[in-house]
Amino acid sequence: MTDSSTATPNPFGELRQGVFPSILKDPHADETTQPFWDAAADGRLVATRCTNCGTFRIPPAPYCYACQHTDTEWVELPGTGTIYTFTIVRHPLAPDLAPTVPYASGVIELDGTQGAGARMICNIVDVDVETVQIGDRVEIVWERVSDTMSTPRVRPIGGPPGAGA
Amino acid sequence: MSIKDQAAVVGVGATPYYKRGQSYPQSELEMACKATLLALEDAGLTINDLDGFAIYSYSCDPAQVASTLGVPEVRFAASLTSGGGGCAGALGLAAAAIHGGMANVCVTLMTLQQHKRRLGGSAVDGVLAYATMSEGGGAYGGSGIGPSVAFTANNGLLSPGHSFSLLTKRHMHQYGTKREHMAEVVMSSRENAIRRPLTALNRKPLTIDDYFNARMISDPLCLLDYTMESDGAVAVITVSAERARDLRQPPVYIMGSAHGGTGRWGPAIFRYFQAPDDEFASSGHRPVAKRVYEMAGITPGDVDVALLYDHFSPMVIMQLEDYGFCGIGEGGPFVADGNIRWGTGSIPVNTHGGNLSEAYIIGMTHVREAVEQLRGVAVNQVEDAEIALVTGGPASLPVSATLLRR
Ligand SMILES: [Zn+2]
Repeated sequence: MTDSSTATPNPFGELRQGVFPSILKDPHADETTQPFWDAAADGRLVATRCTNCGTFRIPPAPYCYACQHTDTEWVELPGTGTIYTFTIVRHPLAPDLAPTVPYASGVIELDGTQGAGARMICNIVDVDVETVQIGDRVEIVWERVSDTMSTPRVRPIGGPPGAGA
Repeated sequence: MSIKDQAAVVGVGATPYYKRGQSYPQSELEMACKATLLALEDAGLTINDLDGFAIYSYSCDPAQVASTLGVPEVRFAASLTSGGGGCAGALGLAAAAIHGGMANVCVTLMTLQQHKRRLGGSAVDGVLAYATMSEGGGAYGGSGIGPSVAFTANNGLLSPGHSFSLLTKRHMHQYGTKREHMAEVVMSSRENAIRRPLTALNRKPLTIDDYFNARMISDPLCLLDYTMESDGAVAVITVSAERARDLRQPPVYIMGSAHGGTGRWGPAIFRYFQAPDDEFASSGHRPVAKRVYEMAGITPGDVDVALLYDHFSPMVIMQLEDYGFCGIGEGGPFVADGNIRWGTGSIPVNTHGGNLSEAYIIGMTHVREAVEQLRGVAVNQVEDAEIALVTGGPASLPVSATLLRR
């Protein structure tokens, strides 16, 4: 057990309650995922959509699971969505992560997509975790963690549930 | 042609069960050999009879076990893919090998020691290693971090408990399942374990207050909703139904076995959470349940005792639904009504105490208990038990089930 108040720096850097640190600092992208991270750097959310049947898939995958076609196009999404399910992590994954708990993370269904197949899993920030509910409306906020990577998180927005596609 | 009633479990062997790490300095190989020899002896067979390994989760290296024990000739060595979800289904693999003429005497086993590692800890360890690594090192296997990792690594959800809390939360939202219902699963298992001093590792009496006072880990799952962490090995021996009749123990016939699941369940629960809405808040077992009942030619009402994989308590509730013991979404009230209790319930569940209170040997304790129930020698014996259901998972595909009868 390390005490974060001692001289030993926390390997995860500066930590805040409610925020899981960006432990991955580079997306290790290939040509199928680079456009996602390029858009992320601009604060935009894009996703691959099957040109044959219109099914979105996140993360990018070589085949459309609905029609098995391979061709895709990148489509910009509004970057809003609805919490499909979530958990409040109250016990840290490792002692060094103790300052982060409790934090909420959940599965987000994105507006403009069909939902399942294009869900994103995000840390839910800027919120009192005790108030988070399934169905809450959220928007993506990007944390710039390096020259190559921006981590998507979500935070609550106003507006009625289900206002998306 | 099916494997229905073509093969039988005829031997069971196990090491003692240990709390995490306490089987050291034995090795996993040593415990695998020990359980295998005990299972052969129980059946009235010897190492000279053994010729097949039908395993799951790559539980052991058959080459090592066969070499260590001096198996004269290995004729079958195969594993179901993925992890603990395959445990019950490995009996079907054994039956298929035997019915298909590829082997005569198959062992199915798990051996587990969590001395220097913890199941479910790999992602967590990876996080730590990545955060502290120097240039060029890597948490996900050297420089081999795949392009999909970045879509999940920074979201804070990295352990099995996190995954299953997401399924549970959705189930609570859709169907009104409550923590009181999960508590009943935990307390029922504990009551069964308390009566089993020879094997059960946690026999501490438990009240509903204890449950609600337990440390919350990944809300809505508290410490008591999580499996124990254990060491040990369990092996069972399967032979043809014909040969089984001449052996030492009463045969326990494999009525049906199935493994798999819908493709989009896939690795979903640990990474991408993309299962369709009608399947998300489930155990993923529904298609497997349908096939195993069809093969056996029975219905849920014919099952006398159910050994349901219980790495997390709400997964028992979801399996009760998916195996048709109650309607979809009704699992919570079903357990609250006392239906899974030994002695009084309509379908006694995990009469051995389960992973929650007896021990966690990745599913094989459930197989052992099913066999003991059908031999009529279980500690918490279900009166006149004729048919037992054993399951593996939910987990990544495959999940699995086997129906056994005496
Ligand atoms: Zn398509």
